[in-house]
Amino acid sequence: MSETINALNQKQSRLKFISTLKRLQRYPTTLIGFIIVFLFLIIALFGPLLAPYAYTAQNLPNKLQPPSEEHIFGTDQFGRDVYSRILVGSRDVLSVAGSGTALAVFFGLLLGLFSGYRGGLFDELIMRAMDVILSIPPLLLAMVILFSLGPSRVNVIIVVGFLYIPMVARVVRSVVLDLKTRQFIEAARLRGENSLYILYKEILPNVLPHLAVEASMRFSYSIFLVASLGFLGLGVQPPSPDWGLMVGEARTWFHQARWVLFFPAGAIALLVVGVGFMSDGLRRMLLPGGVSDA
Amino acid sequence: MPKKVLDARNLTVTYRTEKGPLDTVRNVSLKICSGEIYGLVGESGSGKSTLARAIVRYLPENGFLKEGEIYLGDTDLLSLSKAQMRRVWGGRITMVHQDPNAAINPSVMIGEQIAEVVRTHLQYSKKEAKDKALEMLIRVRIADPEAVARRYAHQLSGGMLQRVLIAIAMATNPELLIMDEPTTALDVTTEAVILDLIGDLMREYDTAVLYITHNLGVVARVCNRVGVLYAGEIMEEGSVGQVFKNKLHPYTRGLLGCVPRVDVNKKDISLKAIPGFIPRPDELPPGCVFAPRCELVEEACRKERPLLKDIESGHLTACRRYEVLKSYGEVIADQRQLHERTESGELVLEARNVKKYFPVAGRLRLFGKSKRQEIKAVDDISIRMRHSFTMGIVGESGCGKTTFARCIMGLEKATAGEIELEGELLPYSVAKRPRDTLRKMQMVFQNPDASLNPQHPAGEAVARPLKLLRNMNNKAVQERVKELFEAVNLPEDYIYRLPHELSGGEKQRVAIARAFAADPVLMICDEPISSLDVSVQAALMNLLVDLQESKSTSYLFISHDLSAVRHLSDWIAVVYLGRLWEIGSAEDVFVPPCHPYTEALLSALPIPDPDIKQESIRLRGSVPSAMDIPSGCRFHTRCPRKIGEICEKEEPPWQSIGYYHQICCHIPAEELQALQGEGLLQKGEGMAE
Repeated sequence: MSETINALNQKQSRLKFISTLKRLQRYPTTLIGFIIVFLFLIIALFGPLLAPYAYTAQNLPNKLQPPSEEHIFGTDQFGRDVYSRILVGSRDVLSVAGSGTALAVFFGLLLGLFSGYRGGLFDELIMRAMDVILSIPPLLLAMVILFSLGPSRVNVIIVVGFLYIPMVARVVRSVVLDLKTRQFIEAARLRGENSLYILYKEILPNVLPHLAVEASMRFSYSIFLVASLGFLGLGVQPPSPDWGLMVGEARTWFHQARWVLFFPAGAIALLVVGVGFMSDGLRRMLLPGGVSDA
Repeated sequence: MPKKVLDARNLTVTYRTEKGPLDTVRNVSLKICSGEIYGLVGESGSGKSTLARAIVRYLPENGFLKEGEIYLGDTDLLSLSKAQMRRVWGGRITMVHQDPNAAINPSVMIGEQIAEVVRTHLQYSKKEAKDKALEMLIRVRIADPEAVARRYAHQLSGGMLQRVLIAIAMATNPELLIMDEPTTALDVTTEAVILDLIGDLMREYDTAVLYITHNLGVVARVCNRVGVLYAGEIMEEGSVGQVFKNKLHPYTRGLLGCVPRVDVNKKDISLKAIPGFIPRPDELPPGCVFAPRCELVEEACRKERPLLKDIESGHLTACRRYEVLKSYGEVIADQRQLHERTESGELVLEARNVKKYFPVAGRLRLFGKSKRQEIKAVDDISIRMRHSFTMGIVGESGCGKTTFARCIMGLEKATAGEIELEGELLPYSVAKRPRDTLRKMQMVFQNPDASLNPQHPAGEAVARPLKLLRNMNNKAVQERVKELFEAVNLPEDYIYRLPHELSGGEKQRVAIARAFAADPVLMICDEPISSLDVSVQAALMNLLVDLQESKSTSYLFISHDLSAVRHLSDWIAVVYLGRLWEIGSAEDVFVPPCHPYTEALLSALPIPDPDIKQESIRLRGSVPSAMDIPSGCRFHTRCPRKIGEICEKEEPPWQSIGYYHQICCHIPAEELQALQGEGLLQKGEGMAE
């Protein structure tokens, strides 16, 4: 029984996927968003292979050169190729922001699910704790934590994850609260299903579309946060080609060589806009008719 | 000679969709004269709202009028510009919508909202507009109009808001008033009051009214003419008398046959549901749109689209075979024979003195103790149910009937009382009840959209209780799911469908199959059919009756729809403000002597038969808050038969009348009998015996 149902589900989801692609054409921004994100993923995967120079290769006589045929994005204060550094640097941004988002989504989902489903004092305690985290400006909180933990890639991931748990948890909880009153949940209780089954089989599948939208939004915020921390020197440390870090370093040379600042900043902006478009599109596709339509 | 106000000719409305243009309304003509109330009836998806929007040129962006002419008086509406149309809306044509909460601005005072309309359209001065607003509130019979004028929407009840909407709509003395299901969201008792008001107002004004509804009973009560819309075409049109008495279209007959009558019940007749579904606008049959569902269909019907023909002085039908239909006789329903139910059967459910109080978070008081407040949703209800037997519970919304059912199921923990299933005392909470108890009690919920998990295929919903409560292995489950789908008349491939691929009625069938999967002895049906179309309702009611016959399950059937309860129930309990007021067999409860509340409910019920003369007993106001229950008899604040102080001070006693029929009222039964006379149901009493 369940096998046949599964097989049919797969067939259906394939059909759904195709119709989704078709719908995508009607929203050019969504398409652009997906293309941008896809391109950045390719770059992150094959960055070092595509890069014409090693990202650490210094060439001091050639420092702060404007864009040219050899160095299409110019060179920085050590004569390193900005283009190569941006290509390789995409790995840092995407992996750090991505892992941070994954962390936030995982724990946010868990907290949101249980908090929303259990309700009562448990819910109250968790949500007030989340409020405490939310009440502090994220960048400030991130700085405080990183000052005490010391800046490193892992610590940045932890901080990003930690900061965005409350937002994910709140979204998940509100969806759970809405679902909890639906009668199919009551029907499940009436046939004696245990709470885990209800959470995992009845509620979770209905939360996932909301979660996907929320995750994509968190991802774009994470990119921003990671870049900001890099800029402040609290993120990934030199000589890593982190975009935020590159912008931070380039500040000093801004008057002599604007391209050193412009290209990494542009890369950040492009990625954030791309992810934003994508998340908008996801919302349109997965949650037609507003948020409450689980 | 009343003058023609609206003259819409050959309207065809088209929507641009992904699949190409769809004609949702085809070739419909409407004429409404001044002072006339024209009822437009149809099931959901028949195009009634689209038609109304097309008439006022207010179609959504992807819709347009492909053909047709619309005249309002002498004005050609189609030739007007957008700006000119804006002057027509709200001035010459006004509208009353279904949901008063959505139609009234919550942040503007009621009086101002009426005044605004007359200032804009009739160029009244501020002072004049204010007076006009008060005058309108008086006209719609709002007590204390000056106070109401200063209130906001959230401070008024649904019935009051609907009156305000009518006041706004009538303030400019429009030529045409369009009412789109104005009473559907209201309780029967409130609906009756609003319908009376509409009838009275229309006698005072000379407005032409287009009244859109799905409820044939309402049409019979307020309308002069009626048009029956089906799949975007008018099937039959005529005066209410003509159409209801001499139905010349099989669809009209079908619709009327779907409505249960209050004078007979399932023991006497089964409802005649119309087989099949309304065709989707992209899959219209080539001939008569009703042909695939018609009993009288012949080859020509399928080939050629019939046109509306005038048969006799304004009575039009789109049926080619109306002559045959005339001789066909009136088959509203089939006779049927059901098992005899006796009062001595095995006891299935006994609920004694069940109470459910919800605590209300009191206002924070800095000084002194805050008073603990409670909503007494259910306050001492006891019922007994026997094997293979249906108990109907009726009452207005907010009377506690659903809460009572949820207490029995254990979805809400009762505050006090005893609930016994087959002689076994049950824990209050569903979580504490043993598997076997869970198996024995199942529930069908009101909202079909919420009762199935949108991510699970329909078969999964039915398979789960089999695995869990009956410990079946996969193979047995598979077999059983197929049987259950067959039992609820769903094709086998529906097992794999997701809920969003099913219609409301189909979802409810799946929910019924799910409830029956556990082979329960007791099934609670909480308004299972009230959100569905009449023809679907009829099919589901028949299904419930058939399943009860074959499985001997007892039903606790909760509804605000008296005719549905009357049709399905063996016993009926009448609930008001968390307490029972009358209980007895279905035949007894609706026949005098009955409790004044039951009497009021009955007299409010819109019956689709213009010949039945109902007493006009109307309840004042709305149900009091369950937080602040009136002293003495709870019904005294609204009771039309209140006898005096005793009603306010003392709780009324239970009186036994005949065979298990009990009424809780101060008025002695003989006196009630004398007051109520023959009652409403004299016409059908012979059949009920």
